[in-house]
Amino acid sequence: MKYLEEFRDPILARRLLDEITGTVTRPWVMMEVCGGQTHSIIRNGIDRLLPPEVELVHGPGCPVCVTPLDTIDRALSIASRPEVIFCSFGDMLRVPGSAKDLFRVKSEGGDVRIVYSPLDAVDLARKNPNREVVFFAIGFETTAPANAMAVFLAKQQGIANFSMIVSHVLVPPAIEAICSSPTTRVQAFLAAGHVCSVMGYSEYLPLAARFHIPIVVTGFEPLDVLEGIRKAVLQLESGRGEVENAYPRAVTREGNLEAQKLLKEVFVVSDRNWRGIGTIPNSGWELAEDYRDFDASYRFDVTQIKTIESSVCRSGEVLQGLIKPNECLAFGKECTPRNPLGATMVSSEGACAAYYNYGRFLDSETAKG
Amino acid sequence: MSDYDFEQWTCPIPLRDSPHVVLGHGGGGKLSAELVEHLFLPAFNNQALSQLGDSAVVEASGRLALSTDSFVVQPRFFPGGNIGELAVYGTVNDVSMSGAVPKFMAVSFILEEGLPIRELGVIVESMARAAERAGVAIVTGDTKVVDKGHGDGVFITTTGIGVIPEGIEIGPDRIRPGDKAILSGTVGDHGMAIMSVREGLGFEAPILSDTAPLNHLIETLLAERIEVRALRDPTRGGLAATLNELAQSSRVGILIDEKAVPIRRAVDSACEMLGMDPFQVANEGKFVALVASSDAEKAVSVLRGFELGENAVVIGEAVSEHPGMVVAKTAIGSSRVVDTQVGEQLPRIC
Repeated sequence: MKYLEEFRDPILARRLLDEITGTVTRPWVMMEVCGGQTHSIIRNGIDRLLPPEVELVHGPGCPVCVTPLDTIDRALSIASRPEVIFCSFGDMLRVPGSAKDLFRVKSEGGDVRIVYSPLDAVDLARKNPNREVVFFAIGFETTAPANAMAVFLAKQQGIANFSMIVSHVLVPPAIEAICSSPTTRVQAFLAAGHVCSVMGYSEYLPLAARFHIPIVVTGFEPLDVLEGIRKAVLQLESGRGEVENAYPRAVTREGNLEAQKLLKEVFVVSDRNWRGIGTIPNSGWELAEDYRDFDASYRFDVTQIKTIESSVCRSGEVLQGLIKPNECLAFGKECTPRNPLGATMVSSEGACAAYYNYGRFLDSETAKG
Repeated sequence: MSDYDFEQWTCPIPLRDSPHVVLGHGGGGKLSAELVEHLFLPAFNNQALSQLGDSAVVEASGRLALSTDSFVVQPRFFPGGNIGELAVYGTVNDVSMSGAVPKFMAVSFILEEGLPIRELGVIVESMARAAERAGVAIVTGDTKVVDKGHGDGVFITTTGIGVIPEGIEIGPDRIRPGDKAILSGTVGDHGMAIMSVREGLGFEAPILSDTAPLNHLIETLLAERIEVRALRDPTRGGLAATLNELAQSSRVGILIDEKAVPIRRAVDSACEMLGMDPFQVANEGKFVALVASSDAEKAVSVLRGFELGENAVVIGEAVSEHPGMVVAKTAIGSSRVVDTQVGEQLPRIC
């Protein structure tokens, strides 16, 4: 696979950094929307190389982190049933529900399996006609097409023992909510490149215009992130607020039209509760009427499970860019990757876990000591 | 998937009567005796074992190094090796990391009823070849059979004994700031090889496990009078866990250059695709050596004389700053802390 070293070149990185430093004249706050970008920024130490005027705050784009607690509790309840094979992406297994996580359910005898594609779960359903196979379909627009395809195929092929817990979230309404919040500090967005590779970027045009805010479609490798920051700084310094594409090798204005067609067929837009943030109107997808039979929450009758969040965890404020992970009192103390209070400490895309794993915790300790 | 030809394995006549392992193979009666006589003895073939006593009697003098490890890998046959070789090399390597020359090994099998005898035969024969390659004698052993459904085919426990040559002192407490950290080759091969077959991920280029005996490399380093302070093989938890253990038990900091760590392209790509960190993926044929700075260059050149050490390289050094912590210089010239993972690495969603 190419496209790794090329986008980690230190000389080109230095050139981009020099340009950013040479352009910036005053402080700016920008948010990288996607958890994959947060991970890359912290892992590569990009934030440490930026001039002090450029502050990055970490956005809500970690699907594991924003999945509501009651959705997780519903999943745990379904996964504990003896007739169920419960399939999930790996990093969902350690996310704490109100009493346990999927690893715990597995150790108690639940049949919980890690899959790499929802289509593997459909395959399992085909091979195990006497079991109920449930897939935990979470994520942003990026993972949605594969999940849509899984339901579409299950319906087409009459695989009735397959179903999904759907907890899909959408980026543009989240950006809109952050821009509309009176407490927001965000002055520009680095939009999530992989979301845009599916959806294109035309849906961001009205947002940039309405809030007069730069939205730069940005990739994930160090040079991609730096290029996104450079374009955002240029816009901010010249008073522009436009949509720009800094990730043209993966993203077009229209996006993937075939995928969008499938999404429209399988999902409908609905209000969605974001863990730690609250309900954002029209910010999620659920299965459309024709596919409702494949909704595991109804099939297993768990929609009545409602759960209240821990009051100690401030992941909601982290996800909105209001505080940095190490500003939470529980960070690195009650809350660690071993004993996470909130999902942002679990997923490698979660801002709290990224801070902890790559030593921001130790930084703050050293600074104090 | 693997190079093993089960059809070709020629099974000694008495074992043919039962093509699968039955409970009686662990019962201590005639079936057990047949397994020993027709499978283990001819394969492992040595004087101490052939006595068939309750314990093996061997000659050794000086300081001894002792290590034990259990092997439960699934699948049992994977690209680049199998559970048998892994069980021999794993313990050989652990013994070698204290500077000892591995000499003798005890092997204990827990077999699940129904395991094809032929498969056991292939595993035992690869263990014999592995022991020969490493220069250790398998001198005693045990076999138990558990009911079907109560095991996972084959579990193997190996225990090794090695002799530490006169004058050799190796341990993390000897690490000093300024010592160089040398890595003997690429990281992540074993873990990703297992993952690629276990999860049915069809990568274009097959990734082979690096399972191999490291004792000859270590013996040569010591024979060349390289001032080796500490040795460790980065198995589970990968390079990240090993460096952290070294830093924590020596109370020095370790600073590495991320770009210096050799990673095969296929491994790097597979990790990238699954959202895994190659520094945290298991290895089975690599070691990290902390050596005196003045000897580092010579150590690398000695290691590069071996096929198993052809990618050996200095990846960093011990420093007096940030004691107990491992810091990496990142590819773009920044820095980050390298921590040990909490549990298993989990593939990311997207």
